[in-house]
Amino acid sequence: MTRFLAARAVQSLAVLAAMSFAVYVLMGLMPGDPIDLMIAADPKLTPEDAARLRAIHGLDRPILARYADWLGLALQGDFGYSRLHSRPVPDVIAPALLNTLQLMGAAFVLSLLLGLPAGMLAGSRPRSAVDYAVNAFAFAGISLPSFWLGILLIIVFAVLLGILPAGGLGIAAGGISETLRYLALPVATLAVAGIAGQARYMRSAMAETLRQDFIRTARAKGASETQVVLGHALRNALIPVATVIALDFGALFSGALVTETIFAYPGMGRLIYDAIMANDSNLALVALLFATLLTLIANLAADAAYVALDPRVSFEGRDA
Amino acid sequence: MTASSAIAALWLPVARRFSRHHAAIVGAAVLGVLIVAALVAPPVVSALGLDPAATDLARRFQPPSGAHPLGTDELGRDVLARLLFGARVSLAVGFSAAFATALIGTTIGLAAGYFGGRLDAVLMRITDGVIALPLLPLLIVLAAVDPEKLGLPRAFAESESASLYRVIFIVALLGWTTVARLVRAAALSIRERPFVLAARAQGAGPWRIMRVHVLPNLASPIIVATTLSAGHVILLESVLSFLGLGIQPPTPSWGNLLANAQELVWSAPALAVYPGLLIFVTVVAFNFVGDGLQDALDPRETRT
Repeated sequence: MTRFLAARAVQSLAVLAAMSFAVYVLMGLMPGDPIDLMIAADPKLTPEDAARLRAIHGLDRPILARYADWLGLALQGDFGYSRLHSRPVPDVIAPALLNTLQLMGAAFVLSLLLGLPAGMLAGSRPRSAVDYAVNAFAFAGISLPSFWLGILLIIVFAVLLGILPAGGLGIAAGGISETLRYLALPVATLAVAGIAGQARYMRSAMAETLRQDFIRTARAKGASETQVVLGHALRNALIPVATVIALDFGALFSGALVTETIFAYPGMGRLIYDAIMANDSNLALVALLFATLLTLIANLAADAAYVALDPRVSFEGRDA
Repeated sequence: MTASSAIAALWLPVARRFSRHHAAIVGAAVLGVLIVAALVAPPVVSALGLDPAATDLARRFQPPSGAHPLGTDELGRDVLARLLFGARVSLAVGFSAAFATALIGTTIGLAAGYFGGRLDAVLMRITDGVIALPLLPLLIVLAAVDPEKLGLPRAFAESESASLYRVIFIVALLGWTTVARLVRAAALSIRERPFVLAARAQGAGPWRIMRVHVLPNLASPIIVATTLSAGHVILLESVLSFLGLGIQPPTPSWGNLLANAQELVWSAPALAVYPGLLIFVTVVAFNFVGDGLQDALDPRETRT
């Protein structure tokens, strides 16, 4: 098992390295590199001046050499400055990361609290009214464009009712209740997809588990239905669910990006979006790689959870 | 038995199973209506005396009326006409991208599943890697690349259709993994079937076996995976256009109509309702049809 996880970790590092190179190259292909901006700002700049400036800043060197330089510095912990914010990249990322973790954490906890029980209820009563209702909600939830949901929530709660703010962060106003008021709509927007997805996974895992032999044994020895579901089925049904939930981290991050854009919420998603749009390559590169790293760690956690939770699973003798 | 009756015998049970799936029938009907509406939009819209591009600043933010069935937007353009022309763009991009996704996914899945061994290992590690990436940020990076710096001519880079092709290309570039995995799994089992072994024994080469014997038997997983990914692809197009990176205004698409509506949410909240509703209904319809096709094409798999 350790070998399996070690192999997955090496593979994740390879993905991260490939991603860093691909994004480095792509950032160079975007309109408006630093010299383009200087030319736009100063009409007296001739093409010869531009070429000289490129040579001074090393921008005329091959892309591989420039990437190697960047990588060397990054591995020493030097991530450069953000052009957009005129501050070192880690200083820009840290507060945004905290905000995003707050948003994603709240949405994640909410989706666990609502999605798992809903799925459990539906899965343990196949073809009941609860089952159909949960299934319909889950189907709608995974098809709902999150940006539309966000706008609808703004229309209802900010425009029509005027009880919640349409965007931003409640720190200036102070107070925990104010922070919560600002978090309410973004968290709701982000949580719906998670609730729907987890209800779906839990519903099918529960239905699947309840068909197994050990459940029949439990019923035969006279356990009540509640005991069967909570005592016998739940723990087994949670094994595949834990894996899929960890694998959904990437989708949660993509959702956070959209949500932060709609609600002008200063988190990682919005930071990445703004950095790419402003061609702030240092910042965009590091922020994107950080997001990738978090996603890869979540995937590794999914693998580890799968092995750790299910004693039947063994990777001995299997090449990863 | 003639060829046509043989085909009928093959597909009739499929059609019967599909027709028992009520949600799938509703989904197919909704998609049919949307596709017809998109196809006939230009003549119908002009017959109604409407024009999606005509601005009329004296009649901005009009409520629904006889002249403008869904009212007008911030430039006095007819909302219904823009939604119908947006449907043409969004559906065309969705179908093209789903097709491109299926093409890439089938090629990779078939190669991995049929040849197996080291090629399979490499292709599946790449697939795992792509799945592990944060999809949306990467789509944004790809969408922000300057086509001129890739050596494409300026005339093409600035043309109206360039943003269409770009969205189709980048969505397909990252969206093929689902199809590839399903096709690979199916190809792995089919290559061990007796009729493939028989063909190999008769001296058929790998390309002929793949084309004549394996690929036709992969039709079911390919159709199901493509239908299910079409809904996902339409969501991706709309989110990119919503973020201002997909289809560029003034060409209307459901995603950029919604982006425009968000800025007007305080003055005309109704504008934000229609495009989102159309995206939602389309995605639900594709998912229903995909589910129905899965049940109809693969009756062995009992689903919960």
